[in-house]
Amino acid sequence: MTTAPTTNGTNNVELPQYSPKDFTSNQDVRWCPGCGDYAVLNGVRKALPKLAIRKEDYVFISGIGCAARFPYYMDTFGMHTIHGRSLCVATGVKLANPELKVCVVSGDGDLLSIGGNHTIHAMRRNVDITIVLLNNRIYGLTKGQYSPTSEQGKITKSTPMGSPDDPVCPLSIAVASGCTFIARALDVDVKLFESVYLRAMAHKGCSFVEVYQDCNIFNHQAFFYATQKDTKPENTILLEHGKPLIYGTNNDKGIVLEGTMLKSVTLGGEYSESDLVVHDETDRQLAFLLSQMRHPQMPEPIGVLYCDPNHPTYDDAVQNQMQKAKASASTTDIRQLIDSGETWDVTESGISSS
Amino acid sequence: MTTTAQPPAKTLDAVVIRFCGDSGDGMQLAGGEFTTTSAVFGNDIATFPDFPAEIRAPKGTTFGVSGFQLQFASHEVFTPGDRVNVLFAMNPAGFKTNIDDVEVGGLVIVNEDEFNEVNLRKCGYPVGYNPLNDDQVSSARQIVRVPMSRMTREALADTGLGAKDVDRCRNMFALGVAYWVYQRPLDATLRHIETEYGIKKGRPEIAEANSIVLKAGYHFGETAELLAVKYVVPPAKLRPGKYRRIDGNSATALGFAAAAQKASKQLVYASYPITPASDVLHAMARLKHLGIKTFQAEDEIAAVCAAIGASFAGDIGITGTSGPGVCLKSEAIGLAVMYELPLVVLDVQRAGPSTGMPTKTEQADLFLAMFGRAGESPCIVIAPNSPANCFDTAVEAVRLATRHMCPVIILSDASIANGAEPWLLPDYDAIDPIESHHPTEPKDPSVGYMPYQRDSETLARPWALPGTPGMEHRIGSLEKSEPAGAVSYDPANHEKMVRTRAEKVQRAAKWLPELAVEGDQAGEVLLLGWGSTHGAILTAAARLRASGLTVGCANLRYLNPMPTNLKDVLGRFTNVIVPENNTGQLAMLIRSRFLIDAVPLGKIQGRSFGVDELVAGVRAILNDRKEATK
Repeated sequence: MTTAPTTNGTNNVELPQYSPKDFTSNQDVRWCPGCGDYAVLNGVRKALPKLAIRKEDYVFISGIGCAARFPYYMDTFGMHTIHGRSLCVATGVKLANPELKVCVVSGDGDLLSIGGNHTIHAMRRNVDITIVLLNNRIYGLTKGQYSPTSEQGKITKSTPMGSPDDPVCPLSIAVASGCTFIARALDVDVKLFESVYLRAMAHKGCSFVEVYQDCNIFNHQAFFYATQKDTKPENTILLEHGKPLIYGTNNDKGIVLEGTMLKSVTLGGEYSESDLVVHDETDRQLAFLLSQMRHPQMPEPIGVLYCDPNHPTYDDAVQNQMQKAKASASTTDIRQLIDSGETWDVTESGISSS
Repeated sequence: MTTTAQPPAKTLDAVVIRFCGDSGDGMQLAGGEFTTTSAVFGNDIATFPDFPAEIRAPKGTTFGVSGFQLQFASHEVFTPGDRVNVLFAMNPAGFKTNIDDVEVGGLVIVNEDEFNEVNLRKCGYPVGYNPLNDDQVSSARQIVRVPMSRMTREALADTGLGAKDVDRCRNMFALGVAYWVYQRPLDATLRHIETEYGIKKGRPEIAEANSIVLKAGYHFGETAELLAVKYVVPPAKLRPGKYRRIDGNSATALGFAAAAQKASKQLVYASYPITPASDVLHAMARLKHLGIKTFQAEDEIAAVCAAIGASFAGDIGITGTSGPGVCLKSEAIGLAVMYELPLVVLDVQRAGPSTGMPTKTEQADLFLAMFGRAGESPCIVIAPNSPANCFDTAVEAVRLATRHMCPVIILSDASIANGAEPWLLPDYDAIDPIESHHPTEPKDPSVGYMPYQRDSETLARPWALPGTPGMEHRIGSLEKSEPAGAVSYDPANHEKMVRTRAEKVQRAAKWLPELAVEGDQAGEVLLLGWGSTHGAILTAAARLRASGLTVGCANLRYLNPMPTNLKDVLGRFTNVIVPENNTGQLAMLIRSRFLIDAVPLGKIQGRSFGVDELVAGVRAILNDRKEATK
């Protein structure tokens, strides 16, 4: 850490100039060599110095799983909790101290299976936290069972004949739950991750970033259709607010709205750029349609699907109620509260109602 | 005798009165009002509200009967009473389910208008049968028929109120009659009616109607010379001071609020609605002006986890629930044991297993509190012994959790949660502050903050808060080593940590008072109980002493760690009998800890002990033992 100050844009508070090293704890990182989590960890460490937030104000919170070891590796306040419950603990932290900057990092099993309930509720409350979902479509720490995001038919140790389950769509859950910032990033696309993560952390309200993350031991190449140089252009579409939905190696494909469905078309013949849907981050209906675009039928969206920076946060609502209650209370003296209702005095000589 | 002459007044020491009717009949309200009025009058009181889990069970059925029992006396009382002296039955179902509890010769005042064919059949009486016309029934008890429905309608004939609103006032008629029987003033209830309906609910016409009917009931008693005698229960000689009526859940909520103030901290009360604990959430939600934040979580697990998160960030973290909720919270309570953070878990016990009988009391979560978690995960466990004692217990739980940096489980139960008694208001200023220390710099800057560097006396770890520069640290659910808190799988370290966490909890005993024995300090019988059975045990012990036995009794408020003098106390008595509303959980703990032949005396009926049955139970145990040694 050097002393060269930067300033916080809003109130010109002097902040130390951090480097990624300042966010690196003394713990050895124990993920498997080649795990996609490394890229995310480095991305977060690199991104934090660019935020006008004091190091001591960060709290990283996780559940259980490979991804959930994340807080141990960050030199910030951190809590490694129990399976599925990171978001509840995070909500408690924010209830106690809304000034803290809370980032939850956990996996698909943790946030969508055992903790799926809490994901919905943290989002609909709009708790002012950032959720980073490291989605590798597999249970890694328990050595390779199918996860809630695994594709149907997935053969794993627990599904030798293939998984009968349809996978959940994390982004659709986020849209439906009222999450106010929804994005997708890729572990190998460092630039994209950083830009999305910085926006998520700066967002006031519940922000959700799904990261396609490679588990190179139990589910290697699960996302190669979307992350590799040769596959990415045809199978993903980078969302940019106000720009038409164009993709393809030669930028020759796009997305049009037909009825209530999105459809992929080739430009040049029947369709031109002006026919394409223009991305609008403020349109929740569009966000839902985008969240439903699945490989191989459609390219999968990456970048920011949805952002509503103005929705009131849970943290503020709680604080406001407390301020309001304090302002309208006739007294904040607990003695008067104890001494309320029908009371009476017992004296040596008798009783009197008071 | 002239027509205006009043019947003579007979003075009684104590009366057990019970109001019963449909769950929509307002029996809880009538009972509550009678309680307040009697308390303000100066009687000692103990109450037992008994209602079904169904909010509005089909009208007129026996399973929809709601009851409220109250003992009021001119001396100290510790239980709501065994046998009912006076029963108010608002319908045949209430009559049918409660009549057997009325003492022989007792008074039964019924709303005779409801004893029609339809209602009699609904609660299962045979065709053509009306218990009011049964000589066998009426010869055993004094049955007084009052046309309460008709009188209520007549009293409100000119108000223009709808039939439904009119009929809702019947409970006030019954209450008015009750006030006349015991010569009670109406003013406290009239004031309450005015505040509740007139001001809070903005329905002055309902307030007016209730007032009219209450007075009508009272005057009816007087005019109709309903009884040959009236009764007077003079004020009790209570300790001088200012009193109010309080139920256990309200006292618990006030205690938590007081604790937060004494700790100079904000408080997060995180809970998921569950009977019989929800009233604590309701009460806490009204205390936002005191820096109290309530969080109605999406489930029990979210609630306890939010409390843990709040505690990490420096608030007082509390979660409240009942047994089924504690089961769900179990993993997270283990997390708090591992984190070594303050956490208070309120368990208002109810009859189990599973959903069990949600509105009925039981003390069967003792093992759950002691052992109901994965691994070795000791918590401090304490139990209030009366409604008013919930206040002190709540304050104490917060104090213990912050001082010893560990979860504290409070074992309240449905009987004290809903039961009420006069509360001698505490001297708030005399309550010691609750100290908590949040380090702002590492002890040794060269190595940084050591989150598991323990206090040598308590073994508690320091509680540095997020937002404090230079104190960044991680806590986790994995085993860790001292003092840095780094993850450790070292075998010897694990054993050391398990033993240290246990030792930390046991050391808390140093700060706890010794166990006090009431009555004989040594001798034939020690009645050792915990929690809500205190009143019944105290009364039973006195009665047994009066019969010539040497009997002491003690209420174990601290179940883990146990008081340091418990072994000594146990050794002073030939027989140790442990009455509990379970099959013998404390008895088993005592037997295993102290290798003595403690005998369980259980009642598992969703109700607390009556004094009679305790006395009989103790005698039976003593006889058995005598037989066995012959």
